[in-house]
Amino acid sequence: MKSFDEMLIPEGDVRDPYARFYEWFREQDADALGEKAGEAEAFFRRTGITFNVYGQEEAAERLIPFDLVPRIMAKAEWDNLAEGIEQRVTALNAFLDDLYHDQEIIKAGIVPERLIAGNEAFLEEMRGFRPPGGVYTHIIGTDIVRCGENEFYVLEDNARTPSGVSYMIENRETMMQMFPELFAQNRVRPVETYPHHLRRSLAAVAPPACEGTPTIAVLTPGIYNSAFFEHAFLADQMGVELIEGSDVAEIDGRIQMRTTEGYKPIDVIYRRVDDAFLDPKVFNPNSVLGIPGIMEVYKNGGITIANAPGTGISDDKAIYSYMPEIVEFYTGDKAKLQNVPTWRCAEDDSLKYVLEHLEELVVKEVHGSGGYGMLVGPTSTREEREIFAEKLKKRPANYIAQPTLALSTVPILVDGGLAPRHVDLRPFVLVSDKVRIIPGGLTRVALQEGSLVVNSSQGGGTKDTWVLRD
Amino acid sequence: MALLGRTANGLFWMFRYIERAENTARLLDAGQRIALTNLSSEPDEWQSVLVSAGVEAAYAAKHQDHDPDTVVDFMLRDRDNPSSVRASLETARTNGRMVRTALSRELWEAVNESWLVIQRRLSSPVTARELPAVIDLVKRQGALIRGTFQTTMLRNEIFDFCNLGAFIERADNTARILDVKYWLLLPEHSQVGSALDNFQWRSILRSVSAHRSYAWEYDGEYRAVNIIDFLMLNRRMPRSLAYCYTVIEESLKYLNRNYEVRHPCFETATEINQRLSDTSVRQTIDGGLHEFIEVFIRDNNRLAQEIGQNYRFYPTA
Repeated sequence: MKSFDEMLIPEGDVRDPYARFYEWFREQDADALGEKAGEAEAFFRRTGITFNVYGQEEAAERLIPFDLVPRIMAKAEWDNLAEGIEQRVTALNAFLDDLYHDQEIIKAGIVPERLIAGNEAFLEEMRGFRPPGGVYTHIIGTDIVRCGENEFYVLEDNARTPSGVSYMIENRETMMQMFPELFAQNRVRPVETYPHHLRRSLAAVAPPACEGTPTIAVLTPGIYNSAFFEHAFLADQMGVELIEGSDVAEIDGRIQMRTTEGYKPIDVIYRRVDDAFLDPKVFNPNSVLGIPGIMEVYKNGGITIANAPGTGISDDKAIYSYMPEIVEFYTGDKAKLQNVPTWRCAEDDSLKYVLEHLEELVVKEVHGSGGYGMLVGPTSTREEREIFAEKLKKRPANYIAQPTLALSTVPILVDGGLAPRHVDLRPFVLVSDKVRIIPGGLTRVALQEGSLVVNSSQGGGTKDTWVLRD
Repeated sequence: MALLGRTANGLFWMFRYIERAENTARLLDAGQRIALTNLSSEPDEWQSVLVSAGVEAAYAAKHQDHDPDTVVDFMLRDRDNPSSVRASLETARTNGRMVRTALSRELWEAVNESWLVIQRRLSSPVTARELPAVIDLVKRQGALIRGTFQTTMLRNEIFDFCNLGAFIERADNTARILDVKYWLLLPEHSQVGSALDNFQWRSILRSVSAHRSYAWEYDGEYRAVNIIDFLMLNRRMPRSLAYCYTVIEESLKYLNRNYEVRHPCFETATEINQRLSDTSVRQTIDGGLHEFIEVFIRDNNRLAQEIGQNYRFYPTA
């Protein structure tokens, strides 16, 4: 399978956005670059930019490998993408509002009711409730893959609690420290404004009970959570409190945090705790990570929760295949970004096709994430496929399948120079009084030759991602 | 911006453990000095190191005799010993990670880097020959952290809670050293001028890094009453009980002013500090040095608890 390389044209030329970078690169000494890679790693360790790996007791903090070669996008390429993303996140919010109110889209026969009614991600508690500002999913990470010059696909709409934005910012910080000259030669749009935009976005959807400047807090499950670094980073950069469930209590109809001076109400909470653990009074009663009573306070206008509970229904993999119709239904326009063709295994014809073509397909669990519980057909063994086929037949509705995409490649730095590796892209989008999209995003890269798995939990790395001004 | 009670708690304990790691290293330093001279009439110098660190019971649960290598390893590397250098730094760093939004980037990096460097150095057992270099490393990283703290942190309540942790721990440490060695300093024991006494006394000073400054303050003569005065009541000596309480009272005063509330813990600190001012070294000796120190250690612990309650370190049930 031939992949599109974003830097090099098969004849050996370099694509436009990379021209200046490549010229610079050829003047660099290979050994010196190797040393810089070591410096970058030391920098990440000292700064504590690590993530925790579940299920590994010793040395549980790991670094996400960082590759020095930036991924570069031209202005026009990005502008097209950004337009498509804005359309998509607007539709997602309209879809959520509809699902929790009149369900016109079901009445219109576009999305089948069975996908909603029996879905764990659909929360009855949210029915008939409209969050402050009418925004459901405030922070979104739209996963995008590229397969050709003008061929972009949305792989997933992460509408619950997308992570990785801290790496986007730290990758840029690292590159600017190591190679300041590159930023003098290339006009790269900044990403470090993200925390500022995030704070403004959150402040703009303060609840009715808020008086004066909204008090914002980030809710983390704690230091053992895999993304703790990011939670602390965002709180720090926004200049807001980082709280755990044990720091707050419901008092006088507000959610209040225990400070050294007594209890103080919180207006907007950016929670990095899943729905199920958010309120033990309403959801999982055994949760110690959440805040008892927050749902009631929320519904009475005492607090804004970002993202709103129940947004997971919109990025459910079973819903995903309906996204082109969903976008058109709410915006009145054809979807600007393409979906990856998807077989819904719940449908008999599709299941039959998928079982016959396992070798070519990627099969995913509808509710899975992080690359766990999936089968990558082309790199699987016969035995793995046989085991997976049994699982599929047992619970077909639990799976969808997609063709194995020829993900684009961007070179990484290896001992012998440059070598192409597959990448994806997660731009970060903020929805509030308006839609704010940070130019670029997090590029994840598979470090093994030929591998298509870019997830950091499975050994993927990251790159700085540049959007050029011109 | 408001400060979370849990954050104040994390800051307080982060600094207690940073201080503790260094105190442990210092005790080992003094212990090795005495062991090397073979002068001691008390063969079990290493046991007194364990008692000073308050970990004798934990040690006894794992080991029978006081073999020097075993004690050194227990104090430096054993994770089962919460006061070992390794465990202390791990606890300090975990607390630091939890409260990193309250720290300057430089301070967090100094703590994280110290943990990385020392952890690596302690990944395998340390031989007697390597011990001085390791102790030196621990002290230098401690200095790096304190220096970064002094030069990059805002003078707000975060700074005060860090100081409270550091100085309550330090006061506890100095008091414990006195408690273990007080008999050496009592008149009925000392045969003034003997080589042994001189050496023992110097080692006490050494365990608080003050053998040189003592000479400046008291004209170089080793006298029991001067050493007691120096460690307890001298307000120029940065590890003395009186100095620690100067800082503690001052920090609590800033917090009072900041929050416009006067908490019971402030009264407790003032009272302890006043006692240190009102007592002369003669009075402490005549009234029973051991008893005085015992009361001090208990009061110091009580103050730590009151601070936690008054500033809502924990949720109240």
